[in-house]
Amino acid sequence: MSAKEKLTSMITSEGADSLSVPKARPMLEGLKTMSLLKKIGLGLLILAIFLAPIFFQGFGHIFLIRIFAVIGLYILLALGLNIVVGYAGMLDFGRIAFYAVGAYTAMWVGVPIARALGEVLGGWSYFAALPLGGLAACLVALILGLPVMRLRGDYLTIVTLGFAEIVRICLANNIFGLTNGAKGLPRLGDSLGEPPGLQWLKYNTFFRLGNNFEFQFTSNIYWYFVIFILVILSIIIIRNLDNSRLGRSWAAVREDEVAAQAMGINTAKAKMYAFVIGAFFGGIAGVTFSYFQAYVSPGSFTFLESALVLAIVVIGGMGSIPGVLVGALAIQGIPEFIRGFASAGWFGNLPAEAISAISNYRYLVFGALMVFMMAVRPQGLIPSSRRSRELHATGSDAVRESTTLEDERNKVGETYHTQL
Amino acid sequence: MTHVMEAKNATIQFGGLKAVDSVDMYIDEGEIVALIGPNGAGKTTFFNLLTGIYEPTDGDVFFDGVSVVGEKPHVIAKRGISRTFQNIRLFGALTALENVMVGRHLRTSAGALAAMFRLPAQRREEQMIQIDAERWLEFVGLSHLANEVANNLPYGAQRRLEIARALATDPKLICLDEPAAGMNPHETEELNKLIGRIRDLGVTVFLIEHDMKVVMEIAERIYVLDFGKLIAQGTPDEIQHDPAVIEAYLGLGAEALMARNLDETKTEQALEFAEEQAPLMTEADEAAEGEWEVFDGENA
Repeated sequence: MSAKEKLTSMITSEGADSLSVPKARPMLEGLKTMSLLKKIGLGLLILAIFLAPIFFQGFGHIFLIRIFAVIGLYILLALGLNIVVGYAGMLDFGRIAFYAVGAYTAMWVGVPIARALGEVLGGWSYFAALPLGGLAACLVALILGLPVMRLRGDYLTIVTLGFAEIVRICLANNIFGLTNGAKGLPRLGDSLGEPPGLQWLKYNTFFRLGNNFEFQFTSNIYWYFVIFILVILSIIIIRNLDNSRLGRSWAAVREDEVAAQAMGINTAKAKMYAFVIGAFFGGIAGVTFSYFQAYVSPGSFTFLESALVLAIVVIGGMGSIPGVLVGALAIQGIPEFIRGFASAGWFGNLPAEAISAISNYRYLVFGALMVFMMAVRPQGLIPSSRRSRELHATGSDAVRESTTLEDERNKVGETYHTQL
Repeated sequence: MTHVMEAKNATIQFGGLKAVDSVDMYIDEGEIVALIGPNGAGKTTFFNLLTGIYEPTDGDVFFDGVSVVGEKPHVIAKRGISRTFQNIRLFGALTALENVMVGRHLRTSAGALAAMFRLPAQRREEQMIQIDAERWLEFVGLSHLANEVANNLPYGAQRRLEIARALATDPKLICLDEPAAGMNPHETEELNKLIGRIRDLGVTVFLIEHDMKVVMEIAERIYVLDFGKLIAQGTPDEIQHDPAVIEAYLGLGAEALMARNLDETKTEQALEFAEEQAPLMTEADEAAEGEWEVFDGENA
């Protein structure tokens, strides 16, 4: 009889009802414990973001739709990186490699399928390319991870950093004659099919309210919706992972690898899961990016992009999904907004040089912002609940109560007496 | 009958230092066995050999009759050896409950896909993991702190949480590395009871301890290590009167001094002298003043 069975029989002999009634589960924070008001608020917020492009277009700020779609792609990338950095505690400097793998896979797989399906149905090729791009990224992560996952800490960082550069340089050098070098894909005359639903929507979704509000479905809006849905699904999946056996094993590896091993966790395997699953989200972001752009080139996969994705995770708060959302908005959004509004003439009639100066100097501002953040709020804008709990060194009331020796004694005594 | 744990000529060498030197040792099922010795004697190193953190340079360690040498720590854990750590190694940012839930990891199996889509089997398993974890917390008396972050727990509670986490892996043999270190007398007493109850569950207990009160009260057999070598073994009573042990702890001549039944002040002087002679035992030994009381009691 194992220890657990003995314990069970001991407790059941005291009272069988303690078995059948599972206790409240306060540890699983989130939707279940959220108040109704908060749920409604969250629902409305999601709905508002979902419908936002209609208003953006209606009020003539079409550039915002594109910016939000790009932010969405960075959210996907950062969600994937968050698994690696935030959950499993590995520092990955080469996230953009998986984005590139996804994007080029989409081109290699998607373009032929799109052409085979013809102009009307060609858009469906996206849904074939999406899982394939994700799986291709997983495969690459698996191969890269096999030798690296046994190493600790910094080695992984260096390998990922180098790997991302190797991928980019291979792409730029037209490896195996597949990538068309720096000119990018698709080649002249090739193109990705237009999404099948889009053609219908384009011609039928058109309405006008008053003189100023006019809405028509466009390709950008279509991809905005696709990316929005991908982000929502990814968040649900990643949250589920975080609250699972696998998610706990990641947390254990992050907190203390030796103790995790002693508890029976195969740390190399757990880290590999994080790395591969993280790469999947990078891959699907890449696929979507290539369809959204209808063009990819090595110039989109520079080290700067990896650094930006990492900055999103770190500034947002490692291990925190809301942090990733806010981080992406801040890192990818703010500079684009400023540039977009400047071009739209919101800050008076700026000369073109000033506008390009704003976009060129934004990374300088980032650098300062990063240093400032690390000094003032190292846990990130919206730290994960775990990390913020940890940072409140005084602990909660229950701890403070029981820290008093007498209380501790009484409580321990009570529990023991009821037990024995 | 095979022993639960058996070490044959177990040796580990770090450079020129033999941290564990040709140790032969066995533990039978259901026993409470203590491993004692001055600081630096190689006790924790022996635990690390047993749990796969180190590999012996020579000799063999068997668990349930099968060698554990060369096995990864997580494989050994799965075979049924669980442990706590001398310097508490909890998953600091996780709650007490989550820490124990991690302990259930190797007795559960839900995979990544099942977790992503929260398949029914995975949900049931999660619920069972949580119920089991809550029971183990209750077993060590920490139910009221289940949702506190491990780092914020009081010291004694952290030690008990480590035990709960180790028990949650369903071990056959639990290795406790100085469970009483830093505990006050009351907590120590509770710990003694807890260890007894762990044995009542059918789990064999192997502990390293400096607190002689704990060791003498609960251990059925004791092994004594000094400079990596096994210098004595036997029942608590035998160990207390073993000249080699007294020498290891108190230094050369201490036995003779004590045997002469000196009055109290002189004994104290002798003890002070002995402490100077044995500079290796510091902190933890001082914390465990109790051991002197035991020796005093025998000779007064």
